[in-house]
Amino acid sequence: MPSVKLQRLSEAEEGEHFRIEKLDIKDGTMKRRLLDLGFVPGCEIIVLQKSPLGDPTAYRVSNTTIALRKEESDHIYGERICDDNK
Amino acid sequence: MTTNEYTVALAGNPNTGKSTLFNVLTGLSQHTGNWPGKTVVYAEGFFTYNHNRYKMVDLPGTYSLYSNSADEEVARNFIIFGKPDVTIVVLDATALERNLNLALQVLEMTSSVIVCLNLMDEAKKKGIRIDAGKLAEKLGVPVVPISARNKEGIDALLKTIDAMVCGKIKTKPIVVRYSPEIEQCMEKLIPRVKEVIGDAYPARWVALRLLDGDMSLLHAFYKLFPSKKEATVYACDGSAKSI
Amino acid sequence: MHATVPQNRFKELLNEAQALAPADTREQIVSAIFRASQAICDETVTYETQAKQYEMEKLDRIFTSKLWGFPIMLAMLAVVIYITIAGANIPSNMLASFFTWLEGYLTLFFQTLHAPDWLHGLIVLGLYRGTTWVISVMLPPMAIFFPIFALLENYGYLPRVAFNMDRLFKKAGAHGKQSLTMAMGFGCNAAAIMSTRIIESPRERMLAILTNNFVPCNGRWPTLILLSSLFMAANYTGGWKTFVTASVVVGMVLFGIVVTLSVSWVLSKTALRGIPTHYTLELPPYRRPKIWDTIVRATLDKSVYVLKRAVVVAAPAGALTWVLGNIHIGDTTILAYLANWLDPFAKALGLDGYILMAFILGLPANEIVLPILFMGYLSTGSLTEVDGLHSLKQIFVDHGWTWLTALNMMLFSLLHYPCGTTLINIYKETKSRKWTFVAFALPTAVAIAVTFLTTYIARWFSLV
Repeated sequence: MPSVKLQRLSEAEEGEHFRIEKLDIKDGTMKRRLLDLGFVPGCEIIVLQKSPLGDPTAYRVSNTTIALRKEESDHIYGERICDDNK
Repeated sequence: MTTNEYTVALAGNPNTGKSTLFNVLTGLSQHTGNWPGKTVVYAEGFFTYNHNRYKMVDLPGTYSLYSNSADEEVARNFIIFGKPDVTIVVLDATALERNLNLALQVLEMTSSVIVCLNLMDEAKKKGIRIDAGKLAEKLGVPVVPISARNKEGIDALLKTIDAMVCGKIKTKPIVVRYSPEIEQCMEKLIPRVKEVIGDAYPARWVALRLLDGDMSLLHAFYKLFPSKKEATVYACDGSAKSI
Repeated sequence: MHATVPQNRFKELLNEAQALAPADTREQIVSAIFRASQAICDETVTYETQAKQYEMEKLDRIFTSKLWGFPIMLAMLAVVIYITIAGANIPSNMLASFFTWLEGYLTLFFQTLHAPDWLHGLIVLGLYRGTTWVISVMLPPMAIFFPIFALLENYGYLPRVAFNMDRLFKKAGAHGKQSLTMAMGFGCNAAAIMSTRIIESPRERMLAILTNNFVPCNGRWPTLILLSSLFMAANYTGGWKTFVTASVVVGMVLFGIVVTLSVSWVLSKTALRGIPTHYTLELPPYRRPKIWDTIVRATLDKSVYVLKRAVVVAAPAGALTWVLGNIHIGDTTILAYLANWLDPFAKALGLDGYILMAFILGLPANEIVLPILFMGYLSTGSLTEVDGLHSLKQIFVDHGWTWLTALNMMLFSLLHYPCGTTLINIYKETKSRKWTFVAFALPTAVAIAVTFLTTYIARWFSLV
């Protein structure tokens, strides 16, 4: 899908699904950590909810809940999928 | 009746109940809490089963063994260089998918693996059903469903450990197929790895780690084979980097 | 480059591998493993009902909600402390009375043996009193606080606290997991120092180490609780008394958190400059703990711990204090001499020489600060018969205590240098004398500054 404009994970709203396309992270350690946690290109994750103070945000990734700060979710690109079933 | 001593390593993601299982088996009381990272230093304990004495090592909980952090390095080095007789990978049955990643990584490193599906009670409550037999078939190693905190399945686990150290279980760990590109590189690299480090270490895994540029593994090998020549190189590696 | 330099064969091998490896090797490897896991799961795992799976996670909608997240945290803290105070009062008094009663018989025993006074003093008035004091003041609250805390911990609430608080820590330049290490500090700062290993970045880990002391540990809770109930809640009775006591203690904890964040902020702008590094936090599923197992284990663990500390640290300290309080130089005891010497400085902090000396002698363990102080006061001649905890207040008042003295002692206890064990652990973890010294000096400076200020302000407004 080269025509689809990729969006940042940080732009996705609570409750939305998000399919990861790429991680644009220079810091090798961080990238590895995110990959290990399941933020892998091709995977679909769900935006669960924001912390009371607005950041970080919790995501459901391969059946677990992981929180990321905006600094990280800004660099995860992919496609927002609005959940029509709800 | 001879008594042998075997080493059993416990690996697993953080928060999968490794410490609980450790406490159940060794009778020790390591602190357990529900937050990631509470086992910061690895703990050792002992137990005896069927006339054999076991040393149990509770490795730090890690998401992976690709040495992103000191914890992962500790766990990886123990499995590779400590050569435990059995490595138990404790998986959280309620989040099997992510947990399996670690199991697959461990299976690349050693074939004496028992996969322990912990938190089966939680999984049941959540309506998750796991076909342990099929999983064992897929992974090529024994899979034991347990609930460490309810002390369920512990006996089956002990029996499996016993059978494994006695050589009664033949495992055939699954081999993860990588992209053709990576597989090709590995094909070239594996003979070279065998040439350099011999057969004592899993060549395919070492090749994979080298492709990934794992510096910490390199350093671990440096320390392991300090042939005179290399020891000097290593010693002056910092100051006179002529290579 | 080939034959002349003794090439390392591993290095060579790595270089070979690197020459072969495609740029996105890591992604390819991880994706392959994930696909393999997924494929295996697809064949082996079946979900009966999708909804059931995340039932517990709905709790996060409440525990980390915009509206309720913070009120619930505060309420949890308040409730835990309230129950601790309400529950500990009676057993503490019973233990104290029991030990006093036993002391009478011990004294009688020594008299029948015609033991010399100094022996009775050293053993009974020093060693025995120091030890039993620690037990009766520390054991009940800790045997209540920690089981409740362990329940919350095992339930999985702590990571939610870290999730809620993260923004504040980020603003302060610190790591969100610092709140987890702080929570460990409630138990024991020395253990919490070890737990900072969960923070990977050295800079943020150092922040967590240097500020961990600002959460009250096991050895300091009782001081806070006791002083708060004796002085802050003096005019209240019954349930209100407990409520006011708990409120003051909660206030102290919150103040400690504010200090932690402020100090972290200042440090990350100065000595430990840098931007917050990456952050990922797993929120594990809530798990109903084995309630009785948890309670029994936490109670036993803590009781054994408190008793051990009482014997190992409090007993010798009690004996030492008695010796210092009974060896005379000229017409004063060594203890009085030291206390007088410290007095002018201590007065500026709203304390007195004995209090400051108790803190200094209490370096090995925070538990013994109050007993040392108490014995110091007793050795000055006011021979109050101590019966239970109520007459304690009289001893303090006799030595000129006001609510301000109590407040300053609480503040100093909350903020001052970490105990000896913690300092040793800090040295072990940082491998640096410099940072260990900073970990000692920084909180002490904060403690001095804060108590000086409160005293100054209170006197300025003629509140005392």
